[in-house]
Amino acid sequence: MNTIPLKHDTDTGDPLHPGADAICSIRDVSKTYDGGAVALEAVSLDIRKGEILALLGPNGAGKTTLISIICGIVNPSGGTVTVGGHDVVRDYRQTRSLIGLVPQEINLEPFETVNNTVTFSRGLFGKPRDPATIEKVLKRLSLWDKRDSQIVTLSGGMKRRVLIAKALSHEPRVLFLDEPTAGVDVELRKDMWEIVSALQADGVTIILTTHYIEEAEAIADRVGVIDKGRLMLVEDKVTLMQRLGTKQIRIELQDPLGSIPEALSQYELEIDGSGNALIYTYDPTGGRTGITSLFTDLKSAGLVLCDVQTHQSSLEEIFVDLIKGQT
Amino acid sequence: MNIHAIKAIYLFEMSRTFRTLLQSVVSPVLSTSLYFVVFGAAIGSRFAEVEGVSYGTFIVPGLIMLTVLTQSVSNASFGIYFPRFIGTIQEILSAPISSIEIVVGYVGAAATKSFIIGIIILLTANLFVPLRIDHPVWMLGFLVLTCISFSLFGFIIGVWAQNFEQLQLVPLLVITPLVFLGGSFYSINMLPPLWQNITLFNPVVYLISGFRWSFFSEGDVSVELSLAMVALFLAVCLGTIMWIFKTGYRIRN
Repeated sequence: MNTIPLKHDTDTGDPLHPGADAICSIRDVSKTYDGGAVALEAVSLDIRKGEILALLGPNGAGKTTLISIICGIVNPSGGTVTVGGHDVVRDYRQTRSLIGLVPQEINLEPFETVNNTVTFSRGLFGKPRDPATIEKVLKRLSLWDKRDSQIVTLSGGMKRRVLIAKALSHEPRVLFLDEPTAGVDVELRKDMWEIVSALQADGVTIILTTHYIEEAEAIADRVGVIDKGRLMLVEDKVTLMQRLGTKQIRIELQDPLGSIPEALSQYELEIDGSGNALIYTYDPTGGRTGITSLFTDLKSAGLVLCDVQTHQSSLEEIFVDLIKGQT
Repeated sequence: MNIHAIKAIYLFEMSRTFRTLLQSVVSPVLSTSLYFVVFGAAIGSRFAEVEGVSYGTFIVPGLIMLTVLTQSVSNASFGIYFPRFIGTIQEILSAPISSIEIVVGYVGAAATKSFIIGIIILLTANLFVPLRIDHPVWMLGFLVLTCISFSLFGFIIGVWAQNFEQLQLVPLLVITPLVFLGGSFYSINMLPPLWQNITLFNPVVYLISGFRWSFFSEGDVSVELSLAMVALFLAVCLGTIMWIFKTGYRIRN
């Protein structure tokens, strides 16, 4: 699905060498809110034309603030952002016409109809009325049948589709999706991913924020990690997933071990600090995990097992690892 | 100039007005009719003429102003507060639209609604009391200016308010007393001299006086002074709004 050539895998936006194919350039952007809360610290990033960039980060990391600055909702305290070569503060009319934003919160006028709400958005972004385009957008999002329904009568998933339809109503070239699948059921999430892929095929650049690694894995070309207002890294998804993809099995033993028995030396095993457990690290995506033969050999080695737990690095731990890796 | 955006906001706001036609139009008309029944017919019939017209007729300009002022403030404050409350303001702020265009869209819609209500009340009043309008162009001019300036004021309230209570507070605690004490139901010449002077600090006095002059060629203060005061109020509101958008006060932070 990655149709865009990736030239610089760890390009975090070197100001001396701005990416020639960048549609959005963020340079040393910082934001301190009234009251002193620092949301962003000197973030620099180039977003490439036509790519899908996923921004991962815990709550309060600064993802939404970054998006809000690019879209013009929040004024940056320092730094510059350009979209399509225009400054987002000085030439806001040009930049905002290029951008569509799907906000995190479901913010919709409850008593308006779907059609009126989406038509309103198109006008707001400076485009003349065009029922044909609205029809196309509503059909793409499976909202055409609901066009005359009041928003308040729609399900949560449908409301989220309306938000996307609003963002697409003026045919933006850059689409921001802020936590598009938070609290969304599996089916809708899949639909959302398909919509995103179709938009990319149309040449739309997509930036999405998410908590879910699977989401980034499913659709992104590149992944950026934000934590405590800093961009920790931006990397090609494939590279990052290899780094993040390992899983562990913790095997509790009845009798403590001093060292790993000879018969088990072929496995990636570690002994827990107390000697009461073995920890086996494997790659779940690699096809053969070696779990079956490990357990057979554990039995042959005469070890008695009390309990078995599997463990996958949580996003939190991955952040910690990444942060450690950076310093 | 993003004409499409101004049009979109204006039409979206007007569609809310028409969707809620009953509460938007019927209730102010009903309450004004009650004023006419009570003050105009029941009590007013026992009053002598005021400034050469019957009491029922005399209160018409004041009643229209009372409704237009409260409606302008509440429409415009709700118009901008509601998107802030439900969060749709984010979309407005992310749109390629200038502050002035936002104000024109919202205030234009609020002022239009107030104007329509003002005209409806004028027509309703005509059913209860005989009316004469000496200076119709001035009358419309005052009405439009009042709708616009108090819609601007309402817009400021809508930006300032942090909750629905505060949104109700200003119309209730400021506008209504100012209008009632501003000569809606009496000529300020009826007051003792001290109160006449105190009343002159009430900006609404000038509005009502000028508006009444356009009906009966009689006012508490000169029409030029009335016009100047409305213009001053308009300028203050515009200045405040410019400041709001320049600083991002309660909108962009």
